[in-house]
Amino acid sequence: MQIDEKLISRLEHLARLELSGEERAHIQGDLNKILDMVEKLNELDTTNVQPLVYINEEGNVWREDEVRNQLPREKALKNAPDEDGTFFKVPKVIDLDRNDA
Amino acid sequence: MPKYSSLQQVQQALHSGAESCEGLVSYYLQQIEQHADLNIYVEVYAEEAKEQARKLDQRFRENPQAPGRLHGMVLSLKDVLCYEGHGVTAGSRILEGFESQFSATAVARLLEEDAIVIGRVNCDEFAMGSTTETSVYGPSRNADNPDYVPGGSSGGSAVAVQADTCLASLGTDTGGSVRQPAAFCGIIGVKPTYGRISRYGLLAYGSSFDQVGVLVNSVEDAALLLEIMAGPDEFDSTSSQTPVPPYSEQLDFAGKARIAYFPTALEHPSLDPEVRAASQQLIEQLRNEGHTIEAVDFDYLDYIIPAYYVLTTAEASSNLSRYDGIRYGYRSGDAHSLMDTYKKSRTEGFGTEVKRRIMLGTFVLSAGYYDAYYTKAQQVRRLIQEKTLSILEEYDFILIPAAPGTAWKLGDTVDDPVAMYLADIFTVQANMVGIPAVAFPLATHSNGLPIGLQLMAGKFEEARLLAFLHDVVESVTYSRQ
Repeated sequence: MQIDEKLISRLEHLARLELSGEERAHIQGDLNKILDMVEKLNELDTTNVQPLVYINEEGNVWREDEVRNQLPREKALKNAPDEDGTFFKVPKVIDLDRNDA
Repeated sequence: MPKYSSLQQVQQALHSGAESCEGLVSYYLQQIEQHADLNIYVEVYAEEAKEQARKLDQRFRENPQAPGRLHGMVLSLKDVLCYEGHGVTAGSRILEGFESQFSATAVARLLEEDAIVIGRVNCDEFAMGSTTETSVYGPSRNADNPDYVPGGSSGGSAVAVQADTCLASLGTDTGGSVRQPAAFCGIIGVKPTYGRISRYGLLAYGSSFDQVGVLVNSVEDAALLLEIMAGPDEFDSTSSQTPVPPYSEQLDFAGKARIAYFPTALEHPSLDPEVRAASQQLIEQLRNEGHTIEAVDFDYLDYIIPAYYVLTTAEASSNLSRYDGIRYGYRSGDAHSLMDTYKKSRTEGFGTEVKRRIMLGTFVLSAGYYDAYYTKAQQVRRLIQEKTLSILEEYDFILIPAAPGTAWKLGDTVDDPVAMYLADIFTVQANMVGIPAVAFPLATHSNGLPIGLQLMAGKFEEARLLAFLHDVVESVTYSRQ
């Protein structure tokens, strides 16, 4: 498996990143090295092996579905990069000239 | 040598009147200042710690019968653990200026027992790294030789204890991030069973791997801290309901242990000959003391790291998607649309190692590659878990080096991520399986740096593991020094 430039661009978009030319080339090379290392897994026969997903084998812990642990508004907005005292502010969302947002 | 190597020593001094909490805090603040060049602390809570110490001293004078169990415990926190009203940044620009709105359950439980938090310490960005060099604050340095790394990702925590700037430090361990730096800095590092300590308030990296752990000078302190932090938490549904034994009261190891070791590990080409010799010497000594210690086949060693990096990067790419520049954290000033805000904020906010792992995780989870990589790695994880647990049905412990060698020089692995990843070969197994493990100092290498070894035990066998370390291993290693 080789990650080419086209795939790197797709991954960048999926990951919501925008790498510079140099960083992209660097990471592309690294990913290919890492995938070479990962190839080793194919030496193992995993036919009929159930994927391991949950490390804690205990069942679900149920609780009442009630509202708790709320933050007052000032506290919730405290770490916001931009807010108007009531809402989080973001750049314009609807842009008719672009369809990727 | 640290001024106090256990809380018991501190509390004796407090009870005799030879020491006060204020005196302790002043001592550690002085140590922090003296070791500023090691770049251990991201932020020191000097005034607040002094203030809290004075309050504790006064309360103790008025009522000496009822101090908290951690009276006199001066702690530092890895910069990934939330402490209400204090900053937490995971060593990343993307969380610049972020202030915790609640305390991690582990932290809150320690504070309730009168622990004093003296500051937060450096770590690799989002705990991704083995050297503490990926932090936005620059690398921390090993106190035994400042040209060398302290290990990582909890490198700041390890040096904080090594340089005696606090009595203990909380770290987190996703693939060895508590144990490897403990080994590199010559102290004790404990990673409990997955789910033993709540992950609430721990900035997530790989959620099926992450555990809070402790870096300490003594097994007694590890036992007490774990005992207080462990147990169910309504804010973390993966925290275990299994009752928590009083580890600190169960440190006597009765009888003889059955211990397995892997020839595939001791003969591994990456293993430093002096680490091998130290391991073999301990094996001999334990055998002479009447413990059963046997070679056991384990053929999966070289599959652990590849599977681990597929799984953790997948989990990381998902966990780190929350850093989008909208509700908290860094937002790029250059962005003019929503998509731009996400992309530019994340690109400018994350460092290279984090981006590398997000990209790899995104790849292994993407349509067309999911089964070949992600599912495959989950299947391999089950094979590794089943084999390891079957060994631990027959044996109490697995003995294995903590790392292939000692700490390396700053900068040595910066350009070669694969080399850095492979150095986690002996610690990752415990996280893949979800079992507890400890790293402890065993000897000093001819290069002057500490050599650490590791013991793993079955799930929720912390009590036996700590008792064995306390009663058997410490007596063996101390008698040699």
